[in-house]
Amino acid sequence: MFQHTVLPMELQEIITLIEEKSRSVGLDFFPTLFELVDYQQLNEIAAYGGFPTRYPHWRWGMEYERISKSYTYGLSIIYEMVINNNPCYAYLLRANSLSAQKTVIAHVFAHCDFFKNNYWFSKTNRKMLDQMANHAAVIRNFINDVGHEEVENFVDVCLSLENLIDIQAPFKHTPAVEKEDAEGKRIHVAKMQSKSYMDQYVNPKDYLEKQEAKLRLAAETQQRIPEEPESDVLKFLLEYAPIPAWKKKVLRVIRDESYYFAPQGQTKILNEGWASYWHSKMMTEICPLEPSEIIDYCDHNAGVIANHPGQLNPYRLGVELLRHIEHRWNRGKFGIDYLNCQDRKKRKEWDTQAGLGQKKLFEVRKFHNDITFIDEFLDEDFCHDAKMFLYDFDPRTGKSVISSRDFASVKAQLLLQLTNFGQPTIKVIDGNFHNRNELLLRHLHEGVDLKQDFAVESLQNIHKIWTRPVHLETVIEKVPKRIQFDGTTHTIEKM
Amino acid sequence: MKMETDLNRFHKIVRGKIKQSLRKFIASGDLIGRQGKKTINIPLPRIDLPRFTFGDSQKNGVGQGDGSVGDAKNPQEGQSGEGEAGDQVGEHTLEVELTLEELATILSEELELPNIEQKGKKNLEHKEIKYKGLVKRGPESLHHFRRTYREALKRMISSQEYNPDDPIVVPIKEDKRYRSFKEVIHPSANAVILYMMDVSGSMGDEQKEIVRLTSFWLDTWLSHQYKGLEKRYIIHDAAAKEVTSEIFYRTKESGGTLISSAYKLALEIIEQEYPAADWNVYLFHFSDGDNWSGNDTTECMRLLEEKMIPRVNLFCYGQVESRYGSGQFLRDLKKYFGEENERITLTQIRDRNAIMDALKLFLGKGK
Repeated sequence: MFQHTVLPMELQEIITLIEEKSRSVGLDFFPTLFELVDYQQLNEIAAYGGFPTRYPHWRWGMEYERISKSYTYGLSIIYEMVINNNPCYAYLLRANSLSAQKTVIAHVFAHCDFFKNNYWFSKTNRKMLDQMANHAAVIRNFINDVGHEEVENFVDVCLSLENLIDIQAPFKHTPAVEKEDAEGKRIHVAKMQSKSYMDQYVNPKDYLEKQEAKLRLAAETQQRIPEEPESDVLKFLLEYAPIPAWKKKVLRVIRDESYYFAPQGQTKILNEGWASYWHSKMMTEICPLEPSEIIDYCDHNAGVIANHPGQLNPYRLGVELLRHIEHRWNRGKFGIDYLNCQDRKKRKEWDTQAGLGQKKLFEVRKFHNDITFIDEFLDEDFCHDAKMFLYDFDPRTGKSVISSRDFASVKAQLLLQLTNFGQPTIKVIDGNFHNRNELLLRHLHEGVDLKQDFAVESLQNIHKIWTRPVHLETVIEKVPKRIQFDGTTHTIEKM
Repeated sequence: MKMETDLNRFHKIVRGKIKQSLRKFIASGDLIGRQGKKTINIPLPRIDLPRFTFGDSQKNGVGQGDGSVGDAKNPQEGQSGEGEAGDQVGEHTLEVELTLEELATILSEELELPNIEQKGKKNLEHKEIKYKGLVKRGPESLHHFRRTYREALKRMISSQEYNPDDPIVVPIKEDKRYRSFKEVIHPSANAVILYMMDVSGSMGDEQKEIVRLTSFWLDTWLSHQYKGLEKRYIIHDAAAKEVTSEIFYRTKESGGTLISSAYKLALEIIEQEYPAADWNVYLFHFSDGDNWSGNDTTECMRLLEEKMIPRVNLFCYGQVESRYGSGQFLRDLKKYFGEENERITLTQIRDRNAIMDALKLFLGKGK
């Protein structure tokens, strides 16, 4: 798959030009290698999540079938695929028209810039292409050793838990001093009172030592595992679950890949917004298209940032919000004076000729992820202009109905949806629950229940790894409940 | 291609799933509508991996667009779901496309059906010569004048020899085109299914539905075994007549029941059109087992014993239970032929769920 395709001269020239122009406006990216592929190859690469070298698994097959079908029926088309790696790999659809190809190339360079410079991507493995191939080799070897069926079943188990990671973990600094109580906690053995000359008889030395050892052991065993609730459930299982080495290795592979993909989920809106912002800027201002290509471009661009009735398109939200920021900072609409200004007219006409828009945008792309991006910049004006609304599912009619256009609630809901990249937060509370080596997990309920049948099945999968009974505290229809699975049956109890 | 491995693996899992829920598929009539098409779509229970995710019962979210509070979110579609930020994919029920051929294979694997040993000439086929395609050399008798002319014209125009004022076209040897022929081998049917159904007043809609479902699966399996399978349909109440498949499944008659009338007609068809030496003949008879008189039953036994059974691969009698039927005919057959008889298969189909067992019984002998 990775034999370098020789690009047509014409396309190579375009790439060189757009690359040059991109760099000249301040975009900064790893070397980027382009490949031309046909739709089957592109669908295949997309099904593999961008990595044709991945380990064998049926779910790629399923994904491939889904993508291919939807391509065949004309429901969706993938124009490009770009991989966060150094060098960046970008796959272009051979069938793209030349104007589409230009747009896509500009889009790709902006993505690459984002990968390289966004803080949330800073901890990802930049040699992931190689790493993925290594992972595939590891799993293939296990397939040869223990058998296809067995490895596949265990990969299924791991994949069903792959979202139980702590997306903050790569950015946490664990202070080294924290570990003091193992040594530092004073173990105090009570002594009988005695005269100093009698002491060694009243409190014999070897007895004291024995007592001290006992106390130390007790202190150690009393220690909770984990000490603090652990969000990285996979890491906890890796450290404490009684599974054979090969299973550990498989689990580690799945966890690594999960961490690699996490930032893409965390920055979907901002990343797509950034790329869309730049492709339209490039195509219309910096290295403009031929007049004959403009209609094509507009059609293509409109498709990308289309507002599907009543839905939220991350491309659109992202690019609109970025333009909103650019506009604000260009006109100096920031700072305490502006924020405190209540006069609508004055606010509207506010213009200090600050011209800081683009500088601000680069700052945003460096430091923000979707949550902080929305939290900091989605303001009432934008919410109103972008016609955002909140919808609720009406069980009576079976339809979703617009329930509010109130800024505060729209924003709150949007942030909630983005929390923990749209996944429920589940933590390990106790690895020795009931003092019987049982595992206690807690779902931090934020208003939306878990999908129950899935939760039960996933819990069963955790049991396959933990092997002792597992418990999950959650809230079902406003009642705190505990779901447990002991290896044969599951029960749901009120707490 | 590497994807092939993963895709095959996925398909294998899907087939496993289909097998698991085959009984349900067989009992539900959903598939029948697609009869006649090459492929059928089977909705499958999800195959996705479970994960901790949010339930959709309290689905709310943020959208963008016009409309005032209280309006439906998507005016055109009126569908719920989707629209969240991020790239969550909506829930899909997996629909699998299968050919009837594949379905038959799955059926046979699940029911452990033996392949049928055919009698007569194996795979009776006949050759046909079809003229299709053109070649540059051939006998003059197959010369294709028009195409030759066209080639010559093309050549002359491109070499600027052609003069519109003096349009003379002279073909040279390279222009000549000849028809070519191909031998096409058609498998010709050497198997026939004769369905007989009691449509007397006591057979209700549900009974007919069961017959319909059973025969659909019989069809599927036997078509898989024989290329080019003929089907004939007989309905009977007090008198029997041959009908098309549409009428067979839809008709609602009433009246008494004389089973022998159907057997006589069937026999007539077999004797006249399907000589036993070359044809694999399958007889399926469905009834609620309520024959008019004991005399007629005796007549049926005689016909079966002496004339029909020696000529056919398989005679199957499926008795569907109806509220009014006495079910006497099955008892009579059992008494006459014994419970276990190589040449005749008897079963009772109580309800839809029993169809699968009936199929296994009917087809399990490999005849």
